[in-house]
Amino acid sequence: MQFGVFTVGDVTVDPTTGREPSEHERIKAMVTIARKVEEVGLDVFATGEHHNPPFVPSSPTTMLGWIAARTERLLLSTATTLITTNDPVKIAEDYAMLQHLADGRVDLMLGRGNTGPVYPWFGKDIRAGIPLTIENYDLLRRLWREDVVDWSGKYRTPLQSFTSTPRPLDGVPPFVWHGSIRSPEIAEQAAYYGDGFFANHIFWPKEHTQRMVGLYRERFAHYGHGSPDQAIVGLGGQVFMRRNSQDAVREFRPYFDNAPVYGHGPALEDFMAQTPLTVGSPQQVIDRTLGFRDYVGDYQRQLFLIDHAGLPLKTVLEQLDLLGEEVVPVLRREFAALRPAHVPDAPTHTSLKAARDAAVAEAAADPAAGPADAVGAAAEVGR
Amino acid sequence: MSRRTLAVVSAGLSQPSSTRLLADQLAAATRDELARRGVEVELRPIDLRDHAHDVVNHLLTGFPPPALRDALDTLAAADGVVAVTPIFNASYSGLFKSFFDLFDATTLADRPVLIAATGGTARHSLALEHAVRPMFAYLRAVVVPTAVFAATEDWSQAAADGALRSRIVRAAGELADHVARRPPAAPPDPFALTAGFDELLAGRDPS
Repeated sequence: MQFGVFTVGDVTVDPTTGREPSEHERIKAMVTIARKVEEVGLDVFATGEHHNPPFVPSSPTTMLGWIAARTERLLLSTATTLITTNDPVKIAEDYAMLQHLADGRVDLMLGRGNTGPVYPWFGKDIRAGIPLTIENYDLLRRLWREDVVDWSGKYRTPLQSFTSTPRPLDGVPPFVWHGSIRSPEIAEQAAYYGDGFFANHIFWPKEHTQRMVGLYRERFAHYGHGSPDQAIVGLGGQVFMRRNSQDAVREFRPYFDNAPVYGHGPALEDFMAQTPLTVGSPQQVIDRTLGFRDYVGDYQRQLFLIDHAGLPLKTVLEQLDLLGEEVVPVLRREFAALRPAHVPDAPTHTSLKAARDAAVAEAAADPAAGPADAVGAAAEVGR
Repeated sequence: MSRRTLAVVSAGLSQPSSTRLLADQLAAATRDELARRGVEVELRPIDLRDHAHDVVNHLLTGFPPPALRDALDTLAAADGVVAVTPIFNASYSGLFKSFFDLFDATTLADRPVLIAATGGTARHSLALEHAVRPMFAYLRAVVVPTAVFAATEDWSQAAADGALRSRIVRAAGELADHVARRPPAAPPDPFALTAGFDELLAGRDPS
């Protein structure tokens, strides 16, 4: 199972000091956090993509490329890459380039973006969010899987004899997660292609996540990718820890009360009861996180939000120390002990390449199958 | 006897409240009218005062705390609705509007609704027609023709059995007619898939 952090990249005033970091400070803090994620033994760093203040990460592959150069095994991802307002051609190019530079340590999570005013800045309309997602991803897949693409659609100028460069590393496109809070169409999309499904999880009661993941698993099996419990599921989580849980609550409360998303609303205690937010001791985080499995089943990726709402960098790095030293080692052991053998890990570049190579070899060894079938089988695995 | 449920929403703030009193009388009259049509009805009162903080929290966080969730589910599953608000500053109360702002334009579609209001004097009565009725029209609910307004003077002994009572009975009869002739409500499931992926893909329009 993979563990990591995902960041929104918000520039928020620290409510305890009144101090607002500069964009430069925030950007540098994000990459410091990413390096620390690797240092403490976690697996994944995922950045958001935003095109409006108070958020800084408008250019995810620039940031991830920098991180790739300064890490060894960290998996670089996004939360989320905007499949609606980005040109799928540019996504295909940017992430293939990043794949080469990072030697395959790349996957991405696609999302629609829920900020209405952003869409027209990129010539799009939020009301077409779902159709844009369907069409753009259909094209993105082809750009990574077909060397020469002829294409026409509704939301982009047509392509004739277009080759997206560089081609994906080893001919294996990055693994894709589809992120959604409550759109069943996105669970359906992830299931159709046999891609991963990531439930944001953190701002909503668990019943939402349970329904969405359940739908994804059922449709994953329907489309023939395996049994429901073999579908690839990721979850968000939100934690703040101190050794003594009362200290954690006292320290986090002003950040919670003033947070951009839910601040000035429910009490911290109510929000903790109604969403996966856990503020307390490392043991409380372990217990709560293990409980996620009770309503989504065995899953493959757990990302924590730890750096928003104006929390200072020093505090965030302390959270990572606790995650790396006390929380994640226990979670790895416990989740692994509970997971049946037939439930796969999240695909990586290495595993996808091995599966592709095996499919090609198997097809080549079958005298009834011609070369075209071998390519077809490889393409199928490439899904 | 077939069975139905009636959600009875009251946005009264004081306790006891004349808004709640009017809601109860409308609910009881509707129950009697439905009984005459061979329909047994379960009344489900929703006092918005109990949910005031939760309503604001829902507006801020995007999801309802558990007690409010139950109230929203009750309303979404009801076969008929009695909705009563005090008139503040020439319109529905802010709490009443905020509560119904939590519904999208489909959940209450085709739902029979009886609207009613309370106020100090009858000069406020047309707020039902220029504010409350259009809001439910937007929600595509079926609002019965008779809206019931009760001013302070309507609660006096002399008036109690007069014009207000006859309006209550007439409105209750209209609501009962709608509820009785419809099949039981089937609330929409927001997580239900309405199209398979092949249909979603085909929705794209290659030019």
